[in-house]
Amino acid sequence: MNKINLICIQCPMGCPLTVTIDEGIVTNVCGNTCKRGEIYARKEVTDPTRIVTSTVRVTGGDTPVVSVKTRTDIPKGKIFDCMRALKDVSVSAPVHIGDVVVSDIAETGVDMIATKNAL
Amino acid sequence: MISYDIVIIGGGPAGLAAAVSARQNGVRSILILERDKELGGILNQCIHNGFGLHTFHEELTGPEYAARFIDQTEKLKIEYKLNTMVLDISPEKTVTAMNRADGLFEIQAKAVILAMGCRERSRGALNIPGYRPAGIFSAGTAQRLVNMEGYLPGRTVVILGSGDIGLIMARRMTLEGAEVKVVAELMPYSGGLNRNIVQCLDDYDIPLKLSHTVIDIKGRERVEGVTIAEVDKNGKTIPGTEEDYPCDTLLLSVGLIPENELSRQMGIKISPITSGPEVNESLETSVEGVFACGNVLHVHDLVDFVSQEAATAGKRAAEYVRSSSEKRNTRGSGASDGYPVPVKAKGGVRYTVPMSITPSRMEEKQTVRFRVGNIYKNCYVSVYLNEYRIQHRKRQILAPGEMEEVSLNREQLLQYPDLKEITVKIEEA
Repeated sequence: MNKINLICIQCPMGCPLTVTIDEGIVTNVCGNTCKRGEIYARKEVTDPTRIVTSTVRVTGGDTPVVSVKTRTDIPKGKIFDCMRALKDVSVSAPVHIGDVVVSDIAETGVDMIATKNAL
Repeated sequence: MISYDIVIIGGGPAGLAAAVSARQNGVRSILILERDKELGGILNQCIHNGFGLHTFHEELTGPEYAARFIDQTEKLKIEYKLNTMVLDISPEKTVTAMNRADGLFEIQAKAVILAMGCRERSRGALNIPGYRPAGIFSAGTAQRLVNMEGYLPGRTVVILGSGDIGLIMARRMTLEGAEVKVVAELMPYSGGLNRNIVQCLDDYDIPLKLSHTVIDIKGRERVEGVTIAEVDKNGKTIPGTEEDYPCDTLLLSVGLIPENELSRQMGIKISPITSGPEVNESLETSVEGVFACGNVLHVHDLVDFVSQEAATAGKRAAEYVRSSSEKRNTRGSGASDGYPVPVKAKGGVRYTVPMSITPSRMEEKQTVRFRVGNIYKNCYVSVYLNEYRIQHRKRQILAPGEMEEVSLNREQLLQYPDLKEITVKIEEA
């Protein structure tokens, strides 16, 4: 049995949550004030995901770098793999919002797309 | 002299939303003046996600959010000038500006919308002893260097202040390979959103030390380290709690100040609490026909609310332009047009925007935004007309870092006899 402490981010309350896990299964969530806290806690301990945002170099454009993001959220544990995969990426202008900069970044199945134009 | 119906000072989120709204409300002659080389303002460097949940019901990054409004501005063929610095606005609404193409020039406006945003409080305002070595940046400067210029300003970092930009930069610097050792916050609570504390600090095991501040900066040429100490409830350092952190960079995220030099210069009344103009229900300042919105009016946490507020300013400026040919009733005359009723912030409420309301001129629903001065749990947000309580809403928590709002009903205010003041206050359970 394992207890994990979290802060709920569903609203400004910021309830301190304690999640009890038994052999990989959430058996109890306490500390939450509402149902949303429990849903958040279950997702956060079993399958935490994040959208990753960063920048990549641009050549021949009006700016030295262009901002990018993962099209959808990726597993939290893959964030640094994602950053390493972006390290030496360079694209040539023009780049438009929504253009795929790296497909299937760090084997997440998710594309890295541009979030700004570089013309 | 060139003339426009509405001149908007600043092409960031507030200026763009105000322009779009003014055009949608029938004004054809609009000019946006922007000092940067592109529209979008500070959103261009806010490459993280979390923007637009209220406006577009999806989670966008800053540049994407800006692009939505820039696209609308272009589609509506709203004119703008980039690389243009506004130097002065006269009370008669003559705008003096300059850029490399036009030189120094003047524009006559019927209405002006102030949307200059805010800037960061700097080291000079903090009284931290020590030399002035390289390596001390405001969090926003570091954000621009990393996200737009492509430079990493340091390798080992301490952050003073837990404002949202500081938290966002703690994560950003970590992702780019820097080591963020600690975030120190003078207050016993964070000035940033909970979401950012979890996703920017906890995710990367960066400690947040509340009631702590930087008391010394070491290094002559470049920062070599800082000393952090705990403070008591009066803000005095507690001897014996000093800790040294070797680092090459100190980021400051210690507050934002609305940028109101132009407003002050033209004699607009500025609130000592928000450092922004005092405005009425139309977001009109003490100078008739000059409106304000966004961070120049009061510092926001969410751009979605900036867009909403700016849309109101744009609409009201459009109405002003339309009616300026007609003779307006002077304000405060008590004529059939009505008179302004002060909105008072009491009992834990630090300020309200707007600060006065003329019921006959307000929209059917009027949003009053405010901030509280402390953390309140299980309390009520109450609204009074004179001595009579009209709203009493239970809230589990109120925090200084989160802007709050109440909504007032036009009919209710118009019906109240002899209305002298509206009060917004926090009441204990």
